[in-house]
Amino acid sequence: MTDAWRGVLNVLLGAFAMAIFPLAAVIFLIWEARKVMARMQDRLGPTNAGTYAGPFALFQTFADAIKILTKELIIPTGADRGVFVMAPVLMVAVAIAVWAVIPLGPTGLQVVDLDIGAFYVVAISSLAPFSMIMAGWSSRNKYAEVGAFRAVSQIVGYEIPQVLSLLIPVMLSGSLSLQSIIRAQNVPYILVAPVAALVFFLASAAEVGRLPFELAEADSEIVAGFFTEYSGMMFGAFYLGEFINNLTASVIFSVLFLGGWRGPWVDQVPLLGIVWLMLKALLVFNVLVLFWAAMPRLRIDQVLAFNWKFLVPLGLAELLTVALVDKAMVTAGVTGGIERAAGLLAANLLLGLAVAGVLSQTSRSTRQRQSFRRPPVVHP
Amino acid sequence: MIHPYAVVGLFLLVSVFFGIAPLALAWLFSPKKANPRKQQVYESGNPTFGETWIEFKAQYYLFGLAFLAFDVEAAFLFPWALAYNQLTLYAVLEAAIFLGILGIGLIYVWRKRWLEWM
Repeated sequence: MTDAWRGVLNVLLGAFAMAIFPLAAVIFLIWEARKVMARMQDRLGPTNAGTYAGPFALFQTFADAIKILTKELIIPTGADRGVFVMAPVLMVAVAIAVWAVIPLGPTGLQVVDLDIGAFYVVAISSLAPFSMIMAGWSSRNKYAEVGAFRAVSQIVGYEIPQVLSLLIPVMLSGSLSLQSIIRAQNVPYILVAPVAALVFFLASAAEVGRLPFELAEADSEIVAGFFTEYSGMMFGAFYLGEFINNLTASVIFSVLFLGGWRGPWVDQVPLLGIVWLMLKALLVFNVLVLFWAAMPRLRIDQVLAFNWKFLVPLGLAELLTVALVDKAMVTAGVTGGIERAAGLLAANLLLGLAVAGVLSQTSRSTRQRQSFRRPPVVHP
Repeated sequence: MIHPYAVVGLFLLVSVFFGIAPLALAWLFSPKKANPRKQQVYESGNPTFGETWIEFKAQYYLFGLAFLAFDVEAAFLFPWALAYNQLTLYAVLEAAIFLGILGIGLIYVWRKRWLEWM
């Protein structure tokens, strides 16, 4: 065996390990999300009532996975069969493909430290709507089609604030490689640019379709949205892909804004990086789950207005603020890392205050307009 | 040493494998008992009527156009953000003008009422 082939084999083994990682993590996360949501709704969630589910029903998801393998794969009459089968494959493949560049720890715990890592993440994750459109359109089901329509306008639109706020870590660290972005975060970027972190978080919550933005698969109005017609493991693939996307969004947020794998003692024990990264990601993931359990669903016009009239202008304003304030500080001779971070934090807080002021002003004027239109109350 | 993009290519192959594998397993294990009633389209129990593959509502098209303009311009911002630390204040001001043009585009779309749901 030549060296080249040995290299390929090494890469393949690494890739398999890395691809199994999100799958294994998700098996645990589905259980965790179900438990947290159950507590929010005053239930117990999965318990150890089943014989083989283990303590606290930890292995419930394994049991579900095995069960779902034995269910029939039904393809409805009139569906476009090829596209119908390809859609769940694409969903899972895209969800896993992002993990090629995610750094789980300092060098070595990453498949490849791509020099355009952040761009790769954006490019690959924007393939997910394709799978939704394929699923919704090929099912030849009206619910599925409505779900696909919504996925197009919502998930595609939220990419813009996501990219705009992603540019800020790129700008501050001067690199697109996720590893360098982490290494540049002596102060986590959430403390440097909290507005960007907020925009990125909301945009990625919408990208993965978490509850306030869960229109594409609104289960109480359009059954399951774009994957209404799927059964058995094909349904399971969508479910799995969606959870992996949630985990990926949390991990990416941790990498860009919470310092990734950085934490105490990582220099001595590199493997500890996985623990810190996963703890941070779990925190973000749980915020998503709490959203899921606590929020009502928005209407399509509200979702689109929130994106185009709030997140996009805010993302533009944040990008301008950070770029100008930082460059002005450097030009004025403030070059220390801590001083620059403090200046940017102050600018961000001011921007946040201004936005809050504008929001309360507009909502007050909207309320006044509406109360003006309301017919006067007639007392008998 | 393998080229990093070759590694990405191999990883893409692996991820497609992980997309196909569960479906292949399910195809092995699952029963295959097709019947026409089971394969009906599920629309809450009502028989489906009319054509499903209709045109998208024109509104989505407007949002798609706005998205396209912004996405292309956001792609232009990547190299600028990457080189930010080496740029002078003048270059940053130029980018600010570019962002201002983006903003004017947004205001135009807003004033044209493309962002209202009709």
